[in-house]
Amino acid sequence: MAERVFHKSILRNEDPQILAGKAQYLDDIELPGMLYAAFKRSDYAHARLKSIDVSEAKALPGVIGVYTAEDFGDLVKPGPLQVPPPTAIKGATYASRTIMPIVKDKVRYSGEPVAVVIAESRYIAEDACDYIYPDFEPLDAVIDLEKALEPGAVLVHEDLPSNEAAHVIQERGNYAEAAAKADLIVKKKIYVDRVAAVALENRGIVVNWDDKAQMMTIWCSTQSPVTLRNATATRMGLFENQVRVITPFTGGGFGPKINTSMPDDVLLTELAVRLKRPIKWYEDRRENFMATTSERDQVHYAEIAVTKAGEILGFKDVFYHNSGAYDSYMMTVPLNTQTHTVSNYKIPSFYTEIIMVFTNEMVVTPVRGAGRPQGVFVMERMIDAAARELKMDVAEIRRINLIQPDAYPVSTGIIGQDFVEGVLDSGDYPTALNKVMEMIDYKNFREVIQPKARAEGRHLGLGICTFTEGTGVGPYEGAKITVGGNGKVSVATGVSSQGQAHYTTFAQIAAEQLGVEVKDVKVTTGDTGAFAWGAGTFASRGATVAGTAIHLAAVKVKDKALKLASQFLNTPESELELVGGFVQVADLPDKKISLGDLASKANPMRGTFPPGAEPGLEAVAYYGPPYGATGAGCMAMILDVDAQTMKPKIERLVMVHDVGTPINPMVVEGQVHGGIQMGIGNAFYEKIHYDETGQLLTASFMDYLFPQATDMPSHIEMDHIENPSPLNPLGIKGVGEAGAIPTPAVFNQALEDALYDTGVELMESNLSPSKVYTYVQKAKGA
Amino acid sequence: MTQLVKINLTVNGVQYEREVEPRLLLSDFIRHDLHLTGTHVGCEHGLCGACTIILDGQSVRSCIMFAVMADGSTIETVESLGTPDHLHPVQEAFMEKHALQCGFCTPGFLMTIVDYLGDNKNPTDEEIREAIDGNFCRCTGYENIVEAVKLAAQKMAAHS
Repeated sequence: MAERVFHKSILRNEDPQILAGKAQYLDDIELPGMLYAAFKRSDYAHARLKSIDVSEAKALPGVIGVYTAEDFGDLVKPGPLQVPPPTAIKGATYASRTIMPIVKDKVRYSGEPVAVVIAESRYIAEDACDYIYPDFEPLDAVIDLEKALEPGAVLVHEDLPSNEAAHVIQERGNYAEAAAKADLIVKKKIYVDRVAAVALENRGIVVNWDDKAQMMTIWCSTQSPVTLRNATATRMGLFENQVRVITPFTGGGFGPKINTSMPDDVLLTELAVRLKRPIKWYEDRRENFMATTSERDQVHYAEIAVTKAGEILGFKDVFYHNSGAYDSYMMTVPLNTQTHTVSNYKIPSFYTEIIMVFTNEMVVTPVRGAGRPQGVFVMERMIDAAARELKMDVAEIRRINLIQPDAYPVSTGIIGQDFVEGVLDSGDYPTALNKVMEMIDYKNFREVIQPKARAEGRHLGLGICTFTEGTGVGPYEGAKITVGGNGKVSVATGVSSQGQAHYTTFAQIAAEQLGVEVKDVKVTTGDTGAFAWGAGTFASRGATVAGTAIHLAAVKVKDKALKLASQFLNTPESELELVGGFVQVADLPDKKISLGDLASKANPMRGTFPPGAEPGLEAVAYYGPPYGATGAGCMAMILDVDAQTMKPKIERLVMVHDVGTPINPMVVEGQVHGGIQMGIGNAFYEKIHYDETGQLLTASFMDYLFPQATDMPSHIEMDHIENPSPLNPLGIKGVGEAGAIPTPAVFNQALEDALYDTGVELMESNLSPSKVYTYVQKAKGA
Repeated sequence: MTQLVKINLTVNGVQYEREVEPRLLLSDFIRHDLHLTGTHVGCEHGLCGACTIILDGQSVRSCIMFAVMADGSTIETVESLGTPDHLHPVQEAFMEKHALQCGFCTPGFLMTIVDYLGDNKNPTDEEIREAIDGNFCRCTGYENIVEAVKLAAQKMAAHS
């Protein structure tokens, strides 16, 4: 039997190349005759563009051209929707106002491009931006989500009656009836602020138009190469196979790189054709903060209806969601909030209402977590508020309300981002909670450690929360697997990679079936020349959806190999096995043929080729799930807070997680670690801050506090439970966002517990020492 | 037209004589003039550490230096460490401890750590965290990087 390579911590195929500095990232690409782009961006968040003078910029030596809206003609129109509207939800209303490639009449967020410069060097292109003189008529900016909807508010889109971008109500059970039966109803306002994705590599694109071949090649650090190719071809009147998108090594994605039909790709593909020279643009950090996309900003009005015993009868949540200036990505983020608010608790009645609002801020699209952290934050904070009123233990109130392991599949009654009703496919939430309580020694902490610390004047607090992570949503992904004459295996899939170890985990899945070494499987992701169908890398779906397609393709190739080998070895298929790069007779391992030889024989140069046969040791397969696989977990944290400076130190952080069957446990843990780091950043360090005029005050790492090595706990204590998803043959669930989801809720709970003697209640995420101090002063009545 | 300035410097053991604009960033010079693209640029304001190189024996950020300031100096970039087939002990340790994911910040970490371990043979966890505090990573949460530094210290002690 071949050694198993699936479900094993195997070191990464991609590492030697990356570590040696030989991995090619976007900005490493240089082509002969290449030109460089820079964008002139609006300093105002909301303004009419009356005129723009580019004559001085054009005259600068080395400048090839300076282009404004009037140079682009019909191209200057709203781009395509990236995600369909929520028509599957009864009564949903929405207005789609999609991203414009360049400002024509009106600026809607600070950083929106008003001109693009093409020059012989990036330095010259940036110089030229300083010689472009737009004449703006500033308008009041729409920033506050609730004021934006007041009568007479300034309008972001003047053709709409208000700044409401969408309105969606979903309900299961009947909240009003549940509330009438409850012993206690707690109501709170909860606020979650905006954060940036902060991939260390910014966005970027290289476009080359080969005029003689009539072929466009685009290198782009995109999470969605097939969408980029298709949108580009459609817009330019080309066939899809005249556009090839190649995703080079990509320095992190975390959400914003999913967007296509952005100003850069729309304008630079056009200019590359006009100028017949390759063009490169690599975003700088300031542009990334102000003019890509970011997420999280929501204001919630929540109500929880409970019995005296702590049983949750109903939950109501009406929330405002900031869409930013445009809503090309429609409602993925707030729908995720809806599906992740009560998902792991058996709450009979749940009313959830989204009011999506246009503002004069950068466009909102998913950032790792994508609406889920907000839903979990709201639910978990409300449970804590109820526990406080009921004087119940925070772990106990969770325990008695969790969905039980015998309940699956659980229909949630709430339609999610994939436009089907959310169904929890599998899981075991009580075991996760119990394990975390054991690991953190919950009883001992409450009965011995914490009282002792308090007696000594220390502020030691514990937080414990549960969560789910909807992952692996449709529509589909595919894969093509080919055995080469060299005996090695090539895997190509339409998703692209941003560091998730796909070159290893996908190889493990193929190697498991084909009996080759993992290092002998070459994985190509995100190259439409290699595989041209797929939706993209988002919603923790790469491993689950593309991974399953790879498995299915590998099984097909294995079947082909066995069938073919059976002829050459004169042995029935049932007696053959794939081991070490050979098909061999199970009982006579010396009787064998290598996969390389089989691959050659599968493509005969001349001679016999049976009618109906397909050439090549190759297969394509697709996989689309009926609905997503739900990961879940529980996290606990102990904080030691300096009550003078409000500086928290994370003493312990414990997480138990269910990803179904992990392909590579080492990689899973790495994903969780990174997610937790983002969660800690979101909880206490990071915040995108706009002032009341829509000016971004956090446009550099001097102002935007990125969590560093000394901000993190010394060790993340982790354990896994495995409840394989019944939705796919490998039992995989996604994990990319897990760490980011519960952390802010756990952090706030621990902080409140630590500052028990102040009575402070922290119903806001993205805290800071000064903010906590202000809340404490308010709680003390000072 | 800006006057070009002649500079002489040694990068990864190779001596270069080049004429550059005075305003050319050292990071851009290394990446685009010398085509040593292993050094990455993540912020261009000296905060994220992705562009860290070793200049005259000290780890520095190449994005907040001009190339002309490096005239006469000796530089090492990530390409000086190991090859994919023969990794440097710090690179090996990163692989074995899964201390990289997207890998964009990694060259900066490697250069910071190679410099640091030259003077600190057996650092504690806390000292390591202080040492790498100027390098940002969004993927790993740093814990595996700390583990990799400890392993690298052991490997280097065994090699010496």
